[in-house]
Amino acid sequence: MAVGSASWSFTEDDFGAITQSLQRFLHDSNARCALLVDRTGQLIATVGEQPTFDPTAFATLTAADFSANDQLAKLIGETDFNSLFHQGEKESMYLADVARRVILVIIFDNRTTLGLVRLKLKSTIDELTRLFTQVFERGASGPSTPSILAGADDEIDKLFQ
Amino acid sequence: MSMINYASREINCKIVYYGPGLGGKTTNLEHVYAKVTPDTRGKLISLATETERTLFFDFLPVDLGTIRGFKTRFHLYTVPGQVYYNASRKLILKGVDGIVFVADSQLERMEANVEAMQNLYDNMAEYGYDLTSMPFILQYNKRDLPNAAPIRDLQASLNPGFEVSDPARQRVSPDPFRAGENLVEQAEDGAWVERVPYFEAVAVQGDGVFETLKAVSKLVLKSLA
Repeated sequence: MAVGSASWSFTEDDFGAITQSLQRFLHDSNARCALLVDRTGQLIATVGEQPTFDPTAFATLTAADFSANDQLAKLIGETDFNSLFHQGEKESMYLADVARRVILVIIFDNRTTLGLVRLKLKSTIDELTRLFTQVFERGASGPSTPSILAGADDEIDKLFQ
Repeated sequence: MSMINYASREINCKIVYYGPGLGGKTTNLEHVYAKVTPDTRGKLISLATETERTLFFDFLPVDLGTIRGFKTRFHLYTVPGQVYYNASRKLILKGVDGIVFVADSQLERMEANVEAMQNLYDNMAEYGYDLTSMPFILQYNKRDLPNAAPIRDLQASLNPGFEVSDPARQRVSPDPFRAGENLVEQAEDGAWVERVPYFEAVAVQGDGVFETLKAVSKLVLKSLA
């Protein structure tokens, strides 16, 4: 089976639970927005203020940033860095690992502080880790739902005519 | 590792252009970027050195159409071709759904091609990915140059064929992209081998660029079907 078999997908219920958890965090921490990105660079969700930048490019660079830092961690004898902080003059970013598969990016400005973001994030990370672990376990073991592309060979052929 | 997002109704797939340095991987992406309509593509991100050599990767998202109400979005990446950037090259392969190997047809680049191909096998193996069962396309670029090696020599060095051990698959299978040629066939010694599809290209002029992209995208979607 191709690598595609390692694909994962989440339902609208998962999405609702993830969004709710992040909205609560944004409310408590006063951060501007939260983005969830998977380790391969795909954007999963955006919650809070809609970003003015290109979110697809942002997601790709986030994954690359995290991957590069993972390698740096290994070089100095750590297994990984489970969070990263990038400080700007007005806007800052805090990146945290979730269940080793997803990266949570928090964008915040001077209406809050790094300390508060980190403090409030702890329980959110725990909650998201639980949610995503369920999603991945379901994908790995449960009765696999038929791919939405099953039997779509003709449609695929037509797309490329 | 494709991602199906039911909320935004998108299927996201990752395609990586691999190959030796200065072979034309970035040029492939630049041509796609220039030719597709702006509303079906995102920004072309290039993490390059001052001399425009790829340092980490280039990235271009393109939408190739809708299937069953889901937008098919392909994330195209290139890797840095230069040998000493292997750490970053390997990172880009994470979660790949399909590979395009862009070979430089010039005779004097043959060794670099072979080395890059070996490196691809090694890096894929380190992730536990099986290249023989993944959408994989070869592009022989720079076909317009006078010192381009003949296709049969390139095929012999870079696309000798994987051994087909599954008896169910040991039957002649035609190349869907090339009439009269086969992807799976029996070699003279009786062994069954499978080659990957190949395309000839002159990426600076755009020749063969979309043929390659379409072929790999189609194989990726079929692998999900």
